[in-house]
Amino acid sequence: MALDAYQKREFKQVGTRPNRPDGVDKVTGRAMYGADVTAPGMLHAKVLRSPHAHARIRSIDTSAAEALPGVKAVVTSADFGVPEDAFLLDVQDHCMAREKALYDGHAVAAVAATSIAAAKAALKLIKVDYEVLPHVTDLDEAMKPGAPVVQAGRAFENVPAGMSENVTHHCEFGHGDLEAGFAKADHVIERSFKTAATHQGYIEPNACLASVTADGKADLWVCTQGQFFYRTLCSAILGMEASQLRVTASEIGGGFGGKTMVYMEPVALALSRKAGRPVKLVLTRDEVFRATGPTVSSSMDIKIGMTKDGRITAAQARLRYSGGAFHCGTVDFGAQAAFAAYDLDAVRSLGWNVMTNRPKESAYRAPGAPLSIYAVESVVDELCQHFGLDPLEVRLKNAADKGTKSSYGPTFDQIGLKATLEAAKAHPHYAAPLGPNQGRGLSCGFWFNFGGNTCVSLSVNTDGTVGVTEGNPDIGGSRASISLMAAEELGIPYDKIRTIVADTSSLGYNDVTDGSRVTFAVGLATIKAARDAIKKMCSRAAKIWGIDEDAVEWVDGAAVPAGPNAGKFPPMTLAEIAAVSAETGGPICGHHEVNADGAGVSFGVHLCDIEVDPETGATKVLRYTVFQDAGKAVHPSYVEGQMQGGAVQGIGWALNEEYIYGADGKLQNPGFLDYRIPVASDLPMIDTVILEIPNPGHPYGVRGVGETGIVPPLAAIANAVSRAVGVRMTELPMSPPKLQKALAEKG
Amino acid sequence: MQYVAAKTADEAVALLAGHSGMARVLAGGTDLLVQLKSGMVEPDLVVDIKRIPGMRDITPEAGGFRVGAAVSGAELGEHAGVCAMWPGVVEGFNLIGSTQVQGRATMAGNLCNASPAGDAVPSLVAAGATVRVQGPNGTRDVPILEIPAGPGRTTLAKGEIVTSIFLPGRPDRASDAYLRFIPRTEMDIAVASAGVSLVLGSDGTVESARVALGAVAPTILLAEEAAKVITGTRLDDETLARMATACEAICKPIDDKRGTVEFRTRTAGVLAKRAARIAYDRAGAKA
Ligand SMILES: Cc1cc2nc3c(=O)[nH]c(=O)nc-3n(C[C@H](O)[C@H](O)[C@H](O)COP(=O)(O)OP(=O)(O)OC[C@H]3O[C@@H](n4cnc5c(N)ncnc54)[C@H](O)[C@@H]3O)c2cc1C
Repeated sequence: MALDAYQKREFKQVGTRPNRPDGVDKVTGRAMYGADVTAPGMLHAKVLRSPHAHARIRSIDTSAAEALPGVKAVVTSADFGVPEDAFLLDVQDHCMAREKALYDGHAVAAVAATSIAAAKAALKLIKVDYEVLPHVTDLDEAMKPGAPVVQAGRAFENVPAGMSENVTHHCEFGHGDLEAGFAKADHVIERSFKTAATHQGYIEPNACLASVTADGKADLWVCTQGQFFYRTLCSAILGMEASQLRVTASEIGGGFGGKTMVYMEPVALALSRKAGRPVKLVLTRDEVFRATGPTVSSSMDIKIGMTKDGRITAAQARLRYSGGAFHCGTVDFGAQAAFAAYDLDAVRSLGWNVMTNRPKESAYRAPGAPLSIYAVESVVDELCQHFGLDPLEVRLKNAADKGTKSSYGPTFDQIGLKATLEAAKAHPHYAAPLGPNQGRGLSCGFWFNFGGNTCVSLSVNTDGTVGVTEGNPDIGGSRASISLMAAEELGIPYDKIRTIVADTSSLGYNDVTDGSRVTFAVGLATIKAARDAIKKMCSRAAKIWGIDEDAVEWVDGAAVPAGPNAGKFPPMTLAEIAAVSAETGGPICGHHEVNADGAGVSFGVHLCDIEVDPETGATKVLRYTVFQDAGKAVHPSYVEGQMQGGAVQGIGWALNEEYIYGADGKLQNPGFLDYRIPVASDLPMIDTVILEIPNPGHPYGVRGVGETGIVPPLAAIANAVSRAVGVRMTELPMSPPKLQKALAEKG
Repeated sequence: MQYVAAKTADEAVALLAGHSGMARVLAGGTDLLVQLKSGMVEPDLVVDIKRIPGMRDITPEAGGFRVGAAVSGAELGEHAGVCAMWPGVVEGFNLIGSTQVQGRATMAGNLCNASPAGDAVPSLVAAGATVRVQGPNGTRDVPILEIPAGPGRTTLAKGEIVTSIFLPGRPDRASDAYLRFIPRTEMDIAVASAGVSLVLGSDGTVESARVALGAVAPTILLAEEAAKVITGTRLDDETLARMATACEAICKPIDDKRGTVEFRTRTAGVLAKRAARIAYDRAGAKA
């Protein structure tokens, strides 16, 4: 058995709920977020943004702005090169428009000045000569031949001929004979769905401080989910060597995938390089909405056939996603995830990416999956209603299991779907009575999960405490979980350990905090770094005792002789070994580097009760229960937090959140007043049921839990609404005006 | 930008009347500061009226109450007399914002900000409240309905400020109610709203009523026909349905990101019905 494979054990600390190490700083306001770093001589930057959805930039005159007192640098796309790599060029173009402004809010120039007021005044003096072009923000419109072309020549070769140039990408997954499958069905339902783009809605606006010195060295302090990836992108865009740019991640006020991409950091660096002074750039909320990562918008057709006893015979999804004005591969995730919960003989999902005049999509919790699964789970529910079948039984009957060939190719190993469905079925929520205009909905959810490049250093201090140095910004309590795993492995108390997130010069490359990977992959590397340190400590004890190092083992935080033949020595604790480390060979550290796989897919089931006000179309969530497999919940409170947070974001997506574009192509609601994320009083307590079906690929059985939770709420709520008031909502959000209209039309 | 905390209403009026650039009155600042921060307005002069003696007082007058222009939502909500006589006025005002916002926001500020969706205004219109305005040419009393001129505009002349709002006295068998529709449960802006004030006769029927609708036209609407429909009735379902229709008939809303014409119109009628029912039950409970 490989060393990193799961081994059953009794946990002493993993599974407990100690306080999070970042808690005090956060509640007392001392945590250092992106905008909290300052430097001597620092300048303030502001960005000039396109007021047009689509316009050619004929020229930009910055002379008057440059002449304004206090202004130290102005940059435009002319201050950047033109990278050969298409992805990198897109990233750069998104940060600073080159030939065309591609969406309302697209950056066209930026100023660094001695005060915010001077920077703002300078923006007004920049003259941009725009040739306004026809725009398209709706993806179905953008697909039509003759639609305004967002960017020419971006379509991949596999895009079928005859489509608009805005279609950049096509994908296809599945197996089996669809026609034969549909022929076996007693009923086939075909439905079309549309979903609006949503924003991650993190509370902390993007912020950074960039400092480039005269000899070309640079520092970037930034609010990010991945300092190493930001270094890769920024150094490539700025033409720097990676070693010369050190990126330090601040404390982070939410990311949800949205802070895995640079938006203005290369601009801050370019301004600092030009001005020769540190530059701080903090986005306003308006800028966050207009120019940082929303999700894709989508338009989808689903066709599913079922026998009258509830077996799905064939299923097909046609998915059209728009990732904004750039190429985007998120539709692949949507197409792969769409039918993952089902064991199907005939299944096909097809996807297309369409460019529109909107900002570049960024990852948002399980990117692409909530939409396609919303559409699929809606049709499955409608089929259950058609035949009068219990929706949980139907899901159990068709559920994927160990050995199922998944709809996207791989054959599943141990997965928790059936156990999760059984848990939902056995829960009192499923049988609780409902009142008038109330309905209960359910949906399955799925996410792939990810492992990835990870590097951890663990140092044993001479006073018997331990420092863990890892490279992934903590967006959900991961420092607590990592400390717990180190404590478990070393056999010392949790509070003897401090875990910190290191800058890019202190560790090897760590992938971004995404794919629900941190507790899994960093946890795995931490456990193995601890084992590395334990091995060294055993060897130090062996040296002191004068016995062979193989004759020493580690028990409950101390080195002990392995068996009676090894010799009779009292246990030497970690603290005792550490105290004399200078005499036994110097500092003791453990390391581990890995490109982890074996993350283990994750399934969840959500149950929700809602009540519709039939006169206004308002939907109130009355009761909500999340069932999800965590493999092993290292810190159950933070696992519950992830499950609840995902559910809440999904509820917002289902009911009210949306990017609203006017006919002028401008975003109508770039603020939290009209971009409605749920507030606390909108929600009941979200109940959680954690299942623990060990992931074979992790020493403690851990599975990522961060993303699956956002997937089921969309369909769970749509299904509940349908059962409450008899209307099937095929467009998200199901905001009150839409639901009221549907109810009026139904009569 | 110059900031002055006026010590008297006369000083405030003189400053505002004598100023040539852009000037703004500052009450709670919960609209003004947001507008300043976002760059929507850039005044050269801001005159704070909170320190003027009397501006934060609630005084019994002629069987009703005079509410100073700087009285906050939290202060009004703690006034037992006003809460008993005008629960609908208090509930409309207290819906504004959060606990923090309630500590500062004023009814006069809500009125003078002149949003068609302002939550304090429909109940004041239904209550038949009047506004005391002081300006360079003296003092006048104006019905609430005459203050808003359109979104963001008032009929106040240069140098004029609101010094107080007067809530008239009323018989015992009377009450009021306010309801708004928002897609969330708080921290939102009314997509449609309704305030209803009514007086019951000794036989339990509605003797007189005033109905006001918010967010369905450029200014708050007084729904006279709807009031007529419910007068003389006990608010049976059929009457309420006719009341909703009468409300719908006068709505002239816009289609925007917050709601469609159809939605706002229909919802205004629904809210008016429900608010009437609540006011009726409250008045009946007093009898
Ligand atoms: C977080 C938040 C939530 C909110 N929620 C709501 C809500 O739910 N419903 C709602 O209706 N509003 C809401 N508002 C808006 C605002 O709080 C209200 O309109 C409030 O009543 C304004 O009162 P104020 O005293 O703060 O006004 P200020 O901001 O001080 O003034 C508003 C305007 O009126 C003028 N003005 C103020 N007093 C006078 C006077 N005495 N004479 C002449 N002109 C005057 C000012 O010059 C300014 O133009 C919210 C605001 C915030 C920040």
